[in-house]
Amino acid sequence: MALPTKHDDRPLRHHRIGRLVVSAVVPIITGVVLWAGFLFLKQGAAPPAIIALAAIIWGVGGVALLFWVSDWLVNRLPLRAAKTLQPFVFVGPALLILTWYLVLPTLRSLYLSFFDAQSKNFVGLANYIYAFTDSRMRESFVNNLMWIILGTGGSVGMGLLIALLADRSRYEKIFKSIIFTPMAISFVGAGVIWRFVYAYKPAGEMQIGLLNAIVTLFGGEPQAWITLRPWNNVFLIAILVWLQSGYAMVIISAALKGVPSSIIEAGRIDGAGELRIIRSIIIPHISTTLVTVSTTIIIISLKIFDIVYTMTGGQYGTEVIASMQYKQMFTFYDFGKGSAIAIVLVIAVIPVMWYNLRQFSKQEGF
Amino acid sequence: MKKALVALVILTLAFMPVFGAAQAEKAPAQKTVTVFGAFVDEEAYRFEEAIRPFEERTGIKVVYEGSKDFETLISVRVEGGNAPDIAGLPQPGLMANFASKGKLVPVWPSLSALLDKNYAPVWRELGSYNGTTYGIFHRVNAKSFVWYPKKAWAKAGYVPPTTWDELNRLMDRMVADGHTPWAVGIEAGGATGWVGTDWIEDIMLRTAGPEAYDKWVSGEMPFNAPEVKAAFEVLGKIWLDPRYVYGGKNYILTTSFGDAQQPLFTDPPRAWMHRQGNFITSFFPEEIQANLEDEIGVFALPAINPEYGIPVLGGGDQFVVFNDRPEVRQFMEYLATWESGKLWAQTGGALFPYLDQDLSAYPNAIERSLAEALVNAKVFRFDASDLMPAQVGAGTFWSGIVDWVGGKNLDTVLNDIQRSWPK
Repeated sequence: MALPTKHDDRPLRHHRIGRLVVSAVVPIITGVVLWAGFLFLKQGAAPPAIIALAAIIWGVGGVALLFWVSDWLVNRLPLRAAKTLQPFVFVGPALLILTWYLVLPTLRSLYLSFFDAQSKNFVGLANYIYAFTDSRMRESFVNNLMWIILGTGGSVGMGLLIALLADRSRYEKIFKSIIFTPMAISFVGAGVIWRFVYAYKPAGEMQIGLLNAIVTLFGGEPQAWITLRPWNNVFLIAILVWLQSGYAMVIISAALKGVPSSIIEAGRIDGAGELRIIRSIIIPHISTTLVTVSTTIIIISLKIFDIVYTMTGGQYGTEVIASMQYKQMFTFYDFGKGSAIAIVLVIAVIPVMWYNLRQFSKQEGF
Repeated sequence: MKKALVALVILTLAFMPVFGAAQAEKAPAQKTVTVFGAFVDEEAYRFEEAIRPFEERTGIKVVYEGSKDFETLISVRVEGGNAPDIAGLPQPGLMANFASKGKLVPVWPSLSALLDKNYAPVWRELGSYNGTTYGIFHRVNAKSFVWYPKKAWAKAGYVPPTTWDELNRLMDRMVADGHTPWAVGIEAGGATGWVGTDWIEDIMLRTAGPEAYDKWVSGEMPFNAPEVKAAFEVLGKIWLDPRYVYGGKNYILTTSFGDAQQPLFTDPPRAWMHRQGNFITSFFPEEIQANLEDEIGVFALPAINPEYGIPVLGGGDQFVVFNDRPEVRQFMEYLATWESGKLWAQTGGALFPYLDQDLSAYPNAIERSLAEALVNAKVFRFDASDLMPAQVGAGTFWSGIVDWVGGKNLDTVLNDIQRSWPK
């Protein structure tokens, strides 16, 4: 990127006008070129391969061009103005996109949540009353609470335990890598894998489900795990724990390395056992990390959708808030109720998010 | 380097409109009709095959496009002013929605005449909104069929029942022989439960009759009415009795509808009957499909109250017109004739409602008998869950079935469904 250059010392009048014209013409040409590209893509008249290529060049090249032109333009301004405006060349597009894709839709959801299914008639708080009184919604709230407590507790607990144990093992790296691998699997992918773990076949048939294969090996009756209320929620939450323990472990493990060994040493000399050291020295030292990891997983649990949708579709008493929102919106076409549930979810996430960001900023100056 | 790159980008962008214009110039002079529908892959291919004679005869090009997200996309396209010429709507409710907004072209006199001539009156009713007809049915499906392994039945000496009592006696005989009569599975991801709603609808038609059924569909008869409860109880006698259903309710709840018939094909069969629509043959094991007529028998789910005969429950895509042009009219009139279905019927996997159809076109005795049952049914009704408001038909009705099979009290389930009915 060109640094702001020291500009001409001889302020000639026609020179200035020339500069002004150039400054105006370049953005206009850019605009025209980009618009033409857009029209070309919209028309879609060329062979697909050419369109794909053009889209890549237009997308990536367009962004580069826009950035380059606006940077060039800002640099032609007097030094002070350039300095003030420069950050916005960088942050501006991100802010714009965020407003367009996040802030505006949220506001629109808020607006729609006060209207009926077709967004025609104002219905006041009826959709919110539904969200808090409907039996299916209440079931969702209870289940989500279960996800938050067991999902977060399970992931952080497992993560901490494994981090502590691995820290004391010679094979730390191998263990940690194995525990971390599920992180690479998407929630839907994990759902598909675990469907096979929980699969049910009647007694007498070959059990293709891992869990039932084990149960029948020891002479037990095969169970339809995902229909067993209320334990099926726990079976689903186990998938989240399987996925997220690795994440918790890696972060906690990094924090563990930061506990000064001199203090642990001092504790040992004072006669503290391992458990005492963990409780009184290590945990207080890594508490901010624990809080950050917990809040992150709380947010994931609040928004949980994929696992429930792939495993049970919200049936057998496993409905959660996000799956109810999806159903209202895309199966029942009730935009009012769907939006209201979305807003409830946003409001539930915001305090956790805010707390999470504060913890981040405490730690590393976010 | 940087400059060269920028120059390249600018050059490419600058030439795009030129290229685009060059492409647009050779726009086809051929008349084209665009059709958008919900069926894809093999079915879309068979549809295209079926309409080829029309293209060859008239020189009109018909472009079919199918999508699995049809229900969402069609609304977006119509609202966005980008409607196809013709759309195949799987749900009558979708047609009513577009018709109420004035987006559809009503049938014109010559098409209306074809409709009267080639279809039973029920199809006109299903394609009408507020007394005006908009939709023409082409491929349809029928669901009230029971499939069984023919060879095993012959060996055991079972014969297809013709009344509900005979069915009950047959079930008890199977149990006495140490067999399990039914294989039922209702798992279907986000749509889990629909198999159960089909059963309830079939029983409603047989116990309460078509008029009560219509009232129930429109919401006039509440879900907690005694007629509906009676239908659930008839079903409960089969489903909730572990002697009658293979694997009991665990199997019902966790088995995908596409896998549910597999116990019919073991030797000896683990289950002896499976009730499902005509589409299920494509889920049968390959060696069974290859030998369908020898391996599989089928009978219509028997009547319960003889007054209503053997009703048939089914569904189908109705084609509606968004853009009124002569070539579009021509194609719609083609769709209203048996000729448009014949080629597809010959390749199999589809039934057609035309009164004048040639039943010998169907590739095997099974599909022939299904088509016959469909055309001759005194009572044909569209799948109720597709007609009810989505909150119920794709929501609480499905989950209600699941909860009921899972052990929830029937009255609670029915009251819950009734409460969810939009006011």
